[in-house]
Amino acid sequence: MGGDALVLPASVDELQTLLEREQYIADRSLAVSIFLALTLQRPLFLEGEAGVGKTEVAKVLAAALRTQLIRLQCYEGLDISHAVYEWNYSRQLLEIRLIETAETLDRTSAARELFTEAFLVKRPLLRAVEQARVRPPVLLIDEIDRADEEFEGYLLELLSDFQITIPELGTIRAPRPPVVVITSNRTREVHDALKRRCVYAWIDYPDFDKEHRIVSAKVPRLSARLAEQVTAFVQDLRTVDLYKASGISETLDWAAALVALNREVLDVDVVNETIGLLLKNQEDIEAVRGERMQAIVARALARGAGQTEP
Amino acid sequence: MTARGGQLDQHAGALVDNVLRFGRVLRAAGLDVHHGRMLDALRAIERVGVARRTDVRAALCCLLVHRHEDLARFDEAFDLFFRARSESAGGLPLFSLGERPRVVANPAAGTAVTIELGEHDANSSAESSRAVGAYSAVEVSRTKDFGEFTPAELDRARQLLARLPWRLGMRRTRRWRRTPAGALDLRRVLRRNLLRGGELVDLPRRTRRAVPRPFVLIADVSGSMDRYSRMLVHFLYGLSEHGRRVESFVFATRLTRVTRGLARGGGTAAIGRLMREVNDWGGGTRIGDALRTFNTRWARRVMRHGPVVLIVSDGWDRGDPARLAAEVARLHRQCHRLIWLNPLLGSSSYEPLTRGMQAALRHVDDFLPAHNLASLEQLARHLNAIGTL
Repeated sequence: MGGDALVLPASVDELQTLLEREQYIADRSLAVSIFLALTLQRPLFLEGEAGVGKTEVAKVLAAALRTQLIRLQCYEGLDISHAVYEWNYSRQLLEIRLIETAETLDRTSAARELFTEAFLVKRPLLRAVEQARVRPPVLLIDEIDRADEEFEGYLLELLSDFQITIPELGTIRAPRPPVVVITSNRTREVHDALKRRCVYAWIDYPDFDKEHRIVSAKVPRLSARLAEQVTAFVQDLRTVDLYKASGISETLDWAAALVALNREVLDVDVVNETIGLLLKNQEDIEAVRGERMQAIVARALARGAGQTEP
Repeated sequence: MTARGGQLDQHAGALVDNVLRFGRVLRAAGLDVHHGRMLDALRAIERVGVARRTDVRAALCCLLVHRHEDLARFDEAFDLFFRARSESAGGLPLFSLGERPRVVANPAAGTAVTIELGEHDANSSAESSRAVGAYSAVEVSRTKDFGEFTPAELDRARQLLARLPWRLGMRRTRRWRRTPAGALDLRRVLRRNLLRGGELVDLPRRTRRAVPRPFVLIADVSGSMDRYSRMLVHFLYGLSEHGRRVESFVFATRLTRVTRGLARGGGTAAIGRLMREVNDWGGGTRIGDALRTFNTRWARRVMRHGPVVLIVSDGWDRGDPARLAAEVARLHRQCHRLIWLNPLLGSSSYEPLTRGMQAALRHVDDFLPAHNLASLEQLARHLNAIGTL
């Protein structure tokens, strides 16, 4: 089989440089996991709280490896007809009518003509296997914890041999497997059998330095001082006992919002006005309003002013 | 691995040896390490190199661990193993490590209150085995309070509980199944009728499939509930025995998830293990705090698919009533039905007068007794009646 092979990084260091070029700042351990997933050709299973940059890994990998990203967003009840393929029924019915009016209908040939690629609706998994014949894509299976066990079972099968059988058409096989990235927010336990087949990595909330680097790299026109204050505030906020702590994506949104509002420094008012970008839960917002908020802002300002606290 | 001789390969051989032994240590520490993964681990080390300790750690971790809760144990084992390895040239300490049943000692094991269900502590094994033989001879009153049960009666009641038909309501999913009536199944319509020349004669249909609702149980095992706690654990266990997805938590001052403990199988043995893990048994009660922990730490993981949530508690709370009410309200918003079982509701003199309880009751769908077999049977019927709501 022809087609391009991907040029994979030769070492963990090389991978890290590649990721950084795409503005993704990965811990060493995450970089090792990604490196191994690529070289051992195993799916990468990323777990962690919402908004810590799991999906981003797939996007960045696709960009870094210069290949296509094919994404399957999981949801409850996701089945073959939405994940793999489906026949285009209305077109098929229309075709029957057309054949009828042309009066050339022949039962056996009709079945052949109606179940051809022209009537096939290709969904992400089929597209990924097809694309892999040309150049292995990055296949992102996002939020697998939202799909149900039946789908996990199917996925398990697909991941072991990367071939899809369509009864009416035959079997489509990928000579080289796509780079598979599976993410889970851990709203439920994904079955061990599936995880065992993968390279597993847990992504935690970032520490101050990492988050600061991410915010500085990703939010344009953000002043160095505000970047520090924003990071300090968010880090502090994560220590408060909340229903849902904010992730990195929230930090980035918030920082971008502050830039859009032409803010140079944090103050209680602007935090109150924009807190909805960080906390998406009424109880949580209530919990930090008032004195608590003032204290966090004060500490963030102190940090941003260079009086670094432990 | 084949020996290829030479200085370098001797190192390689030692490395292979080390990695394989480490795999055994992890397994002994209770991690689910598949034998097939060891080959991956070896290839991984080969690719990553051994120059950086952090890389070796990360490489082994991402291949040998696949559960978040195992990460801490892995780290501990890694530190122990590879320090022990480097400090002594010989393999001796390693062997001893490999033989250790658990890397992480269970600090609670020595001090835990061991409540053996149905058996009362001081009895000799001879007597309890006699009790087992005499099961059928014991008649259990269905209306007698669990708190007044004799051990033999508890055993019998335990058996009865296991036989209850636990059906806890169904939920419609987005998945389809073939049925005589329902919506048209277009794929099958086409395939079937094509052979008839495209005339639509036969119209296969499909409907959404219904599955049992998952079930979340949060049981109070504090001092005031002590009399009922034995029954409760069987209650928990009987539920997960019936194949239903059951998440179980127990609390007194702290909330502990016991799902895995119960899932590890083995009837009374599982429950015995569970007791050792929950070292909170019989402390004071802070329902509000426990529910808070549940809402923040666990709810997102276990409250899927519209579960029926059962709280088993008498409502004696030493915490803040406002907090309790807020947390119960939050819990209520996330589940299909919230049922509060209260053993004290059985006694005629009891009124739910504790402030916390009163505040919480506004957010509860059902408030039911759970003090004797009759009330548990009634609960089973009630749960069945929830049906496909």
